[in-house]
Amino acid sequence: MSKSLRFLLPLALFVALVGLLFFGLGTDPRKVPSPLVGKPVPQFTLPTLQDPKRSVSDADLRGKVSLVNVWFSTCVSCRAEHRQLMAIAKESGVQIVGLNWKDDKPDALQMLRQFGNPYHVVAFDEDGRVGIDWGVYGAPETFVVDRKGTIRYKQIGPIDQTVWEQTLRPIVDQLKAES
Amino acid sequence: MLPAALLAGVLAWPFAATTAHAFTLEEFSFDDPAQQAEFRGLIDELRCLVCQNESLSASQAELAQDLRREVYEMMRAGKSKAEVVDFLVARYGDFVLYSPPIKPSTYVLWFGPLALGLLGAVVVLRTIRAKGKGQEADLTEAERQRLAGLLSPGREPARRPKGDRS
Repeated sequence: MSKSLRFLLPLALFVALVGLLFFGLGTDPRKVPSPLVGKPVPQFTLPTLQDPKRSVSDADLRGKVSLVNVWFSTCVSCRAEHRQLMAIAKESGVQIVGLNWKDDKPDALQMLRQFGNPYHVVAFDEDGRVGIDWGVYGAPETFVVDRKGTIRYKQIGPIDQTVWEQTLRPIVDQLKAES
Repeated sequence: MLPAALLAGVLAWPFAATTAHAFTLEEFSFDDPAQQAEFRGLIDELRCLVCQNESLSASQAELAQDLRREVYEMMRAGKSKAEVVDFLVARYGDFVLYSPPIKPSTYVLWFGPLALGLLGAVVVLRTIRAKGKGQEADLTEAERQRLAGLLSPGREPARRPKGDRS
């Protein structure tokens, strides 16, 4: 081993370690990557929130680019992102499907009356079973689903303007462009 | 009843409301004690996604209770441990396992410490050997002879420094 290498090698290893730890500082351990990205949406059939006689299923997610948004009424961040969802529904043609997760129906309906309804349809997952199939572990979570019904992205945490403009909209636009 | 809420750790999760329920494992009983033990063992090895440093058996998060029920019902239905684990991994990823599986993306995790230890041992051995050689080379011819005399049994050293009582 040459002299200079003997000193440079530990230095390089140290710098690499510092780089790794620095990278680790910037990542959020609560954001667990979903194994469902790249897979077809899980099969489900649920009643809609508004009308228990009507149902919504995974078939409704085929043929259109969709956002599947998991929410419940007492979730503070879901309320915070609600305004952004309203804006997305207005501005973009993307179909937003709600998954109302482990909620009380009157409260959920009240929230939609009060703040508006950005959803094309809302599935009512009272016991959270469908949520488990989707790997939901908190709310809000939002899945981007392509026309074939494949999950292409999972957003963990609320959607704000920055998340929409910098992350989700480019993905949605790209999926719309796909045939 | 209060609207459904997510978890028990108030600060652990920035975007969800909380209520304070207390869950117990009492509702999950099996007729077969062996299966009961297997259930307890399994939920000890699974991680709660909400409070990430707690196992599924310890967590008071509502999602943990839902998942315990799911595991319980699957085992009651005769599913094997591996089937239950596969079910959860397919939905939540390897993160639900406390002990990560051995596969290419975890090789560094599993074998990295061993490789580092071996590397350290090699460096130490090389350093020791290099030092040993260096000292030997420093001896003059006379010293070498005296050393040979000291080391050979049954012979007095040619010369002894004053005050050396060894």
